[in-house]
Amino acid sequence: MAEASKHQRISAPGWRRDAFSGWGRLARAEMLAARPERASELAGILTSAGSEGIIVHAGGRSYGDSALNAGGRAILTRRLDRLLAFDPASGLLVAEAGVRFEDLRRVLLPRGFLAPVTPGTAYATLGGAIAHDVHGKNQDRAGNFGTHVEWLDLMLPSGELRRLTPADPLFRATVGGLGLTGVILALALRLMPVPSRFVAVRERRVGDLDEFLGALEVERSRAAYSVGWIDAQAQGRALGRGIVEAADPVAAKAGESYAEARGRRLPVDLPGFVLNPLSIAAFNALYWRRVPKEGRERRLAYDRFLYPLDAIADWNRLYGRHGFHQFQALLPEPGAIRVLLEACAASRAASFLAVLKTMGQQGTGLLSFGGRGHTLALDFPAGPGIDGLLGRLERLVLDHGGQVYLAKDSRLSAAGFAAMYPRLPEFREILAEIDPEGRMRSDLAVRLAIRRAA
Amino acid sequence: MADPPLWLVLGASSSVARAFTRLVAAEGGEVILAGRDLADLEASAADARLRGAAAEVRPFDAGDPASHALFVAALPARPLNILLAFGLMHPQAAIDSSPELAEQVIRVNYQGAVSILARLEPLLEAAGQGAVVVLSSVAGDRGRPSNFVYGSAKAGLNTYLQGLRARLARHGVSVTTVKAGFMDTAMSYGLPGMFLVASPEAAAQVCLLAARRKRNVLYFPFFWWLIMAIIKAIPEGVFKRLRL
Repeated sequence: MAEASKHQRISAPGWRRDAFSGWGRLARAEMLAARPERASELAGILTSAGSEGIIVHAGGRSYGDSALNAGGRAILTRRLDRLLAFDPASGLLVAEAGVRFEDLRRVLLPRGFLAPVTPGTAYATLGGAIAHDVHGKNQDRAGNFGTHVEWLDLMLPSGELRRLTPADPLFRATVGGLGLTGVILALALRLMPVPSRFVAVRERRVGDLDEFLGALEVERSRAAYSVGWIDAQAQGRALGRGIVEAADPVAAKAGESYAEARGRRLPVDLPGFVLNPLSIAAFNALYWRRVPKEGRERRLAYDRFLYPLDAIADWNRLYGRHGFHQFQALLPEPGAIRVLLEACAASRAASFLAVLKTMGQQGTGLLSFGGRGHTLALDFPAGPGIDGLLGRLERLVLDHGGQVYLAKDSRLSAAGFAAMYPRLPEFREILAEIDPEGRMRSDLAVRLAIRRAA
Repeated sequence: MADPPLWLVLGASSSVARAFTRLVAAEGGEVILAGRDLADLEASAADARLRGAAAEVRPFDAGDPASHALFVAALPARPLNILLAFGLMHPQAAIDSSPELAEQVIRVNYQGAVSILARLEPLLEAAGQGAVVVLSSVAGDRGRPSNFVYGSAKAGLNTYLQGLRARLARHGVSVTTVKAGFMDTAMSYGLPGMFLVASPEAAAQVCLLAARRKRNVLYFPFFWWLIMAIIKAIPEGVFKRLRL
């Protein structure tokens, strides 16, 4: 009874205190959260926040602390998830920000339309995709998500609602703006017509880094999608070996039917020792041999190609309850890739899922992740020595003129961030203007000192 | 399909009603979304259309029984199914300090429901088919000090539905009382003491299935049947000393 009355005191009606974590499960926060079901409730919720601050927590698929606000408030937008309008002639979709890529796939892919840019999970929301200006396996050509947004409705920290178009400076602050400019309510997104629900995927084995980069170079100029899985533990002559995958839309085949994949769950956390450097090395070696030497071609449904990890719900439990670090960086010079891979191989840390792909476009946002070069994504089970390795990787990225992706980060330093994101001063100016009291707040914003002029 | 495909959803902004609308839409059905927040309902109607339903929005205020006759008169002359999903719950503590809130709770949950169902009854009888599903609550099974105004309104509604069910059964219309336990809705969000909370999507599925199977009374989630059987079995002399 004492427990219940205590609870009642701290959570006014409509607010609930809960524990949240980033997808990597390392960053954690207790927040007082509201979960509006109607847009009309938002202004009241937003303006109720004082100095403890408030941030939107939507799909919960950012790896680090961008949607966490320890000790403060949060707005859960998952129930603002309606499709509002779609014009098949232009491909323009209007939707509430809590709609997930999964909803688009289920409702609009059967009609021949797909999000032009999608992250590696379909459970991210469209609002989150704007806030992190996400990219996919077609960044080289299609750029980031924000490039395809025609307008968005933003509720400013003051509670004022504004429709923003790309010409508006506040639009460029909101795209990639990590939720710090307010709450995104709705957006207009131009979808891409596709000939079928399938892609033709070509896979080939590459034996070392030079061969890897050569294969990516070929694919970037001819394939709609390209991505490479890299064995981040191979050393010496095998450094940079992996599998390069490229895919193009294909016409429908007569009689080809599509069945929804059966969802699988991971019901418990795997014990932390399951993914250790030895088991990961063994897995990586096996995985590399999965594709025959001469390569192979197959047809895959879009979801299986775009969202392979979604086949196992809660795949983040693979890493045990202590969670894992993600690290993704853009490297403008190919030489930097070898340096980073050598740093990983030299440390005892093992990366289970490592991805190398090309990027070709700048994002539209002031803090967008993007540019021309390669992007390397690594993940490391939490453990001793990882912090040191991530610090070394940050310095290497800085030395080579690169950039760390904030949607996956939980470790970057404020100084490193400021050096990697040269348009930060413009972003700060806009924040100072629209949110002088600092109502929007996230643990990431505090860690990276996004508000404070250095 | 035996079911007429048109569903009138009363209180269509609630999360269970929204999930229910999506289920009907996925089957290519037709919905009339009725409620007070028209802007919100228009968004739900647009969503339903994109998912395959024919959808329209009508203003409806459960707490204003004087408006109900006109609302019913304007309905299309076609066989209907009905989901009654509106409800109002004020915390008992709030009612204790302002008793006029008790009247609101009774007006919406009991008077409003009876008023609209009584006016829909002739349509259902004339159609000679259809299903009525009413979202009620386990709170109606026994009056607890922590929630007895709401509980008594739902108890009244449950009793009304027993009579309505018997009468409409002769005309081939089913009436299902869904006694809901804890559901993860805006009404319950942030309340203390919630456990084993069910999703609105699961509730919507149970409502649709119950209509198909012409169920009479069911508990949702099902284990509330057992919980309420125990709570109802406690002798009043003991019950009044419990802090429930």
